[in-house]
Amino acid sequence: MTGSPLIRALDRVGVVFLVLLAIIAVAVPLGNLLVPPSSPWHVSLYFVSLFGKYVCYAILALAIDLIWGYCGILSLGHGAFFALGGYAMGMYMMRQIGTRGVYANPLLPDFMVFLNWKELPFYWHGFQYFAYAALMVALVPGLLAFVFGWFAFRSRVTGVYLSIITQALTFALMLGFFRNNFGFGGNNGLTDFKDILGFNVQSAETRSALFAASVITLGLGFYLCRAIVASKLGKVLIAIRDAENRVRFLGYRVESYKLFVFTLSACMAGIAGALYVPQVGIINPSEFAPGNSIEAVIWVAVGGRGTLIGAVLGAILVNYAKTTFTSGTLAPYWLFVLGGLFVAVTLLLPRGIVGTAEHWWRGRGPKTRGNGVAPAGVADPHPAE
Amino acid sequence: MPPRTTSALLYLDGVSVSFDGFRALNNLSLAVEPGEMRAVIGPNGAGKTTMMDVVTGKTRPDEGDVYLDGMYDLTGLDETEIAELGIGRKFQKPTVFESHTVEDNLLLALKSDRRARKTLLWRESAEVTARIGRLLDLTRLSAVRDRLAGGLAHGQKQWLEIGMLLAQEPKLLLVDEPVAGMTDAETRQTVELLKEINRDRTIVVVEHDMAFVRDLDVKVTVLHEGSVLAEGSIDQVSSNERVIEVYLGR
Repeated sequence: MTGSPLIRALDRVGVVFLVLLAIIAVAVPLGNLLVPPSSPWHVSLYFVSLFGKYVCYAILALAIDLIWGYCGILSLGHGAFFALGGYAMGMYMMRQIGTRGVYANPLLPDFMVFLNWKELPFYWHGFQYFAYAALMVALVPGLLAFVFGWFAFRSRVTGVYLSIITQALTFALMLGFFRNNFGFGGNNGLTDFKDILGFNVQSAETRSALFAASVITLGLGFYLCRAIVASKLGKVLIAIRDAENRVRFLGYRVESYKLFVFTLSACMAGIAGALYVPQVGIINPSEFAPGNSIEAVIWVAVGGRGTLIGAVLGAILVNYAKTTFTSGTLAPYWLFVLGGLFVAVTLLLPRGIVGTAEHWWRGRGPKTRGNGVAPAGVADPHPAE
Repeated sequence: MPPRTTSALLYLDGVSVSFDGFRALNNLSLAVEPGEMRAVIGPNGAGKTTMMDVVTGKTRPDEGDVYLDGMYDLTGLDETEIAELGIGRKFQKPTVFESHTVEDNLLLALKSDRRARKTLLWRESAEVTARIGRLLDLTRLSAVRDRLAGGLAHGQKQWLEIGMLLAQEPKLLLVDEPVAGMTDAETRQTVELLKEINRDRTIVVVEHDMAFVRDLDVKVTVLHEGSVLAEGSIDQVSSNERVIEVYLGR
C-alpha cells in the first residue's frame, strides 16, 4: 500500500493494457504504411480511420467512467464537452485553409464570406496557432464544466436532476451552434479541412499519425485516471458515490471533489473530440445531440462502469457493432439493438463485461483485496445513481 | 477567537425548528459540559434526531442559539465546517462506505487535511497505520480489516461507524441509536466501548433502549414534543410522573 502514488497506480492488468496500447500505436500505422497491400498483414486505411475514431470514443468513455463509475455523477451531456473540443480543433483547421477555400479569402473561412461577414469574430482570433487551439481544446470544455459544476454541486443537485440538466446543457448548445450568427458555420459546421500542422489530413501518413496520437492519448488518459482512483482522493470519490452525506459529516467538502473530477473529465472529453475531428473531417452541431451523450453512457455501462478498462472496451465493442449493423440490411434496427443491449446489460450484467469478469475472477481467488485499488462497482448495482 | 460565553461544550438555547407547521423542536435548551456523557431519550417524534441535525448543520434552526465551546455559533455553518470544528456524528442507520474495506473506512475518517489537492498526493505513513491499528483493536475489528464494509454483520457496522467517529478525533461525539438491532452481548460491549471513549471525549447518545441507558449510568435528558421534559439520573427521571405519563400513555 505504501510507495509513490504514481507507481501504485498500475496493477498487472493495467500494465498489460498499456503495453497492448503501445503495441497497437506502433503496429497499426506500420501495418498500413510499410506493409504492401498484397500482404495479409496489411492494415487498410479504412481500418486505421475507423479504429482511430473508436479510440477517440474510448477516451470519451474513460472520461465518463471517471465521474460516473467512481463518483456517481451521471452526466448525460458529456457529448457537449467532446463537441466543444472538436470545434476548437476544427477552428484551427479552418484557419489553416486560407486562400485554398472556395472564396479564397485569406482571413475568413468560406461560411463567413458566404454570410457576407467582413471581419473575423473576436473569438476566432488566435486559432491560427496550433498551440493556442490545443490549449482551447481542453480549456473551453474545462471552463464550462467548472462553471456548470460550481453551481450544480454547490446547490447539491444530484442524481436524476443533475443528469437532466446536463442533457439540457448539451441540447441548448446544439440549438446555439445550429444558428448561423453564432459564428461556427451553422448546421453545416466546420469541414473541408486541408491540413493540420502543415500535413495533409487526407494522407495515409497523417491518418496513421493521428491514429497513433489517439492511442497514446488514450494510454495517458488511462494512466491518469488510474492514478486518481488509486489515490486517497479516489477513495473519497468512491465514498461520495456510496454515501455522500457521510463524507460530508466526516468533514470533506464534497462539492470540491466533484468539481475537480467533473472538470478534469470534461477536459479529457474535449481532447477526445479534438482528436476525433481531423480523423472524420467534419464537426457540426449534431455532435451535441443529446442522443450522442446517452450512447456514450451506454458504452460505459456495457463495458463495466468503475473499471476504466471496461469503458474503453465498451466504447470499441459497441461502436464496432454499430458499424457492422448500420452498414448491412439490418441498419434500420440499430437503435432497437442499442436499446435492447442497454436493457439486457442492466438486467443481466449490471457490472458490465469487465466488472462481471473481475467479480468472477475475485470470487475464485482469496477474499481479500490484492492491491491498493478499491474494487469499485461491487456494491451499488443500480444502473443510474 | 471570540470570548467564551458559557462553560458548556455544547450549548443550545431556545432552539425551535418547524417543518410545514409541525414544531419538531420547541424552545429547546440543553447544555453538555466538557467530558460529560449525556443520554437523550424520548418517544418517537420527540425531536431527538432533529436536535442532532441542528447541531451538525443538516437543519438550520428557525430560532435560537447553538454554540460549541461557548464561542462557535453553529447555526450559520454547514456540515463540513461543523465537522472540522470537531463534532462527529453516527447516524441512526449504520452508514459506512460499503465498497471500501474496513481499513479504508477508517483511513478516510482519520483526522487529516481534507482538501482535494492534499488527498490526491497523500501517502500512507507508519503513524497512520499505527493509528488505524489502534482503532481496529478498540472496535474489535482487527480480524476483518481487509473485508469490504458492506459484508460486515450489523453490529460490526455500528462499531466501525463508531471507530470512524473516533478516527476524526472530535471534541464531541453525537451517537444516534448505537445499539438498535444489536444482540444483548453486543449491547454490553457497546456500553463498554462508549465508556472507554468517554474517558477523553464528550458524548451525546440518543437511544430508545432503556436497559442500555441504565447500563450507561449517566445524566439523562428526556425530550418530549421538541423540548426538555426532565433531566437527571436515570432513577430520577424514571420516577418523574410526567415522564411516566409520556412513556406509558395517559
